[in-house]
This record gives sequence, structure tokens and C-alpha cells, in this order.
Amino acid sequence: MNLYTQIAQNRRRSFFLFFFTFLVIILLGYVFGAYQGDSFVGAGLAFVFSLAYAGTAYFFSDRIVLAISGAKPIEKKDNPYLFRIVENLCIGAGLPLPKIYVVEEAALNAFATGRDPQHSVVAVTRGLLENLEDEELEGVIAHELSHIRNFDIRVMTLAAVLAGSLVMIADIFLRSMRYSRGSRGRGRVSGVLFLIGLALAILAPIFAQLLKLAISRQREFLADSSGALLTRYPEGLARALEKMGADKTSLQHVSEATAHLYIKSPLSAGFRTSLFSTHPPIEERIKRLRAA
Amino acid sequence: MNITYLLIGLLVLIGLYLLWLYNSLVRVKTRVQEAWSHIDVQLKRRIDLIPNLLETVKGYAKHEKGVFENVTKARAAMLGAKTVKESEEADNMLAGALKTLFAVAENYPDLKASGNFKELQDELTDTENKIAYARQFYNGNVRDFNIMIKSFPNVLIASALGFAAAEFFEAEKGEREKPEVKF
Repeated sequence: MNLYTQIAQNRRRSFFLFFFTFLVIILLGYVFGAYQGDSFVGAGLAFVFSLAYAGTAYFFSDRIVLAISGAKPIEKKDNPYLFRIVENLCIGAGLPLPKIYVVEEAALNAFATGRDPQHSVVAVTRGLLENLEDEELEGVIAHELSHIRNFDIRVMTLAAVLAGSLVMIADIFLRSMRYSRGSRGRGRVSGVLFLIGLALAILAPIFAQLLKLAISRQREFLADSSGALLTRYPEGLARALEKMGADKTSLQHVSEATAHLYIKSPLSAGFRTSLFSTHPPIEERIKRLRAA
Repeated sequence: MNITYLLIGLLVLIGLYLLWLYNSLVRVKTRVQEAWSHIDVQLKRRIDLIPNLLETVKGYAKHEKGVFENVTKARAAMLGAKTVKESEEADNMLAGALKTLFAVAENYPDLKASGNFKELQDELTDTENKIAYARQFYNGNVRDFNIMIKSFPNVLIASALGFAAAEFFEAEKGEREKPEVKF
């Protein structure tokens, strides 16, 4: 599969993701509305709410993410070495030069954000710059640029936002049911509709989350392999991942919402099982890189 | 009656296929051209750096005329290059001439210590690396384009539509490694 097919596939994927989640949201709004008295108002509200949310995320998520991470933009003269690596790999990938940010933290990590290649940002931590060799850093940057080139960030932002708004709407739905027992709306809704609503409210957010996480993990593998294709040196990224895996320093400025953007999961593995993790296990990623 | 419909249907299908093929070819060919412009930018940048470099080196090593001539000649060839093939040859010539120049510079400690020289050398190394990456991107696009042109049944029609296979921009063996210039 060539690169452009990959990109086209990702665009289609984000469209379908968007479309179907919207459908579920509207359906949920409809049932919710029916329960409260007016199903179309409910559907309309759910639609407007999630559209506004997705729109905000689409245009502002990069700024929000950068603000949360505490990353600061740098100029070429601040770090010509890093700039040259990014410039070279961008030429190799046929991408415009992204803005480059540095996070002043000792943990080894990096992320990319921005809705399309023209508005993209690559951020690396100080710890990463200080601890990686040239070819390892190249591997990491190539991984991040692959996310940008494949439009992964857009897919992931949409997935996260839609999963998030489903959770919120479902939450409102469930809460209002608990508190509105015996209110005016109750009698008008048929039992079947009510059960559908209940099932949707409980199951949809879980599926959305699992879907989001599964997409996230798959995107990481893909970015690893297309990054390796870009540098023509998988070992560089493999060694960088090894160093990151061994690094126990944790990032200070990170939230559950931005975790999926990083090259290595910034949240402690703890009791998370593989099904609920944003990233595939690092050992598995290294193994796949070395098998290539 | 039925035969007529069948023929019309067939013609429409062929027409649609031609339309699709033509548009795809135009799209992929444009990508190749765009990728070439990335190489071109870097080749030009290198051409611009060379007079400066020669001036600096001449200040310290007047007697290495042969080396200067080679570099100048390769640069002229680069400037005159029209096709991918010519650019490729000139590029390889220039790379070789510069390698000799830097090897000769080894014999002049004052030159090596010059800040200006170091800076130029850094710039040139950076340009070489960028050319290598631009070449990788260009060749990838050429490969996709050529596969498209040469696969069946496109191969029967592509040339009639005015599309010819694009040329790869090849590096001389060993040039893909970072130019090794140690002091």
C-alpha cells in the first residue's frame, strides 16, 4: 500500500468515524428528548452540542494541547541541530516544515499536533534532546512526522472528541433518568424506546472509548513503520524506544485527554490492560521494528 | 437492438476508464514534478555556496589550481543541466570535486581553523543531506508514477495520452552516506 493510499484511507476513516458517531449522538439525543417530552429538541441539542465541540477541537485542539503540555516554540538559532533533523526529514516526507516546540522536562517523550500538515507542530522534551543520539532522535521525529503526514492527529482528535461527547451526553441522559422519576415525560415514552436509550447510553460510550483506543494503538504501529521507512533505519527508532521504555521519569504536564498524542504513553502503565491502553506495549513495537 | 446498447455501454465504460486514467496520471505526474522541485532548490543552494567556498579556500591554498578547476567545471555543468540525467551526472561530479577539495583542505591548518570555512562546510554538508532526502522523496514518487504507467492495461494507453516514464535521480554508490569530512 503506498503512502497516498494510506492517507486517503485515513481521510475516509475519519469521515466514517465522524459520521457514525454523529448518528449515535443524534439518536441518543432523540431518545433522551422523547423521554423529556420533545424528541426533536433533544436530537437538535445533541447535534449542536457535539458539532460545536468537534469544531472547537478541530480548530483549537493544537493550542489547547500545547498549553497543557507547557511546550514553548523555538527558533532555528535556538537549536539548529534539531531544526536540521526536522527539515531533512520533512524534505524526505514531502511535508512543509512544522513549528517546533520544546517541553522543558526531563522525561523522554515527544508528540505532534495540528489539524493538517500546514498547521502542524512537533514537540520534544528537553530530556529527549539530551539523551538520544542523532539517529535515535531522527527516528522519533520521523515517527511524529508520519503522524502528521498520515493525518493521524485529525483522526485521533475527532475520535477523542466524539467519544468524549458521547460520554457526556450519555451521562446527562442517565443522570436525568435518575432524578426525573415520575416527571411529566415518563408516561409518553414507550418501554422499547426507553430500553434502547438505556442500552445506548451505557454501551455507546464504552464502545466509543474502545474504538478510540484501538485506533490509537494501530496508528502508533503505523507511524513506527512509516517513520522507519522515512529514515531507512528502523534500529534508530527501536533504540530510542528502548531508552524511553527504560526512562522512569514521568511528565508533569499531561492529562488523560492528551495522552494518546505522545510517542510513548506518558501515563504510568499500572493496572491498565492492553485493551484500555492508548499505546501498544513498547517491547512489541521494538520487536516489530527489529523484525523488519 | 441489444447489440447497440451493449456497444454504447462498452464505449461509455471505456470513456470513463480513460477519464479516470488521465486524471490519475496528471495527479501523480504533478507529484513527481513537485518532488523534483525539492531537489532543485537544494541543488541551487549548493551552487550558490560554492563561489564563497572557493574564495575562502583560495585565500589559504593558492596552489591547488587543479582542484579549483574541477569544482568550477562541475558547478558550470550543474548550472547548465537541463534534464534529470544531466543534473544527476553534474551532481555526482560536484560531489566528487568537493570531496577532493575538502581532502586537500586537510593540508592547510590555517584554513581548517578558519571559522568561515567551517561554516561553509557545515552548510554544504547540510545541503548534501537535504539532497539525499529530497532524492529519496523524488524517487519514491517516480516509482509510483512509473508503476502506474507501465502496468496493464494502462501501458497500452499512457504513451498515447502523452505520458512517458520519469527518470530516477540516482546517487553514486556510497554517496548516500553522510559526507565524511573530519578534522
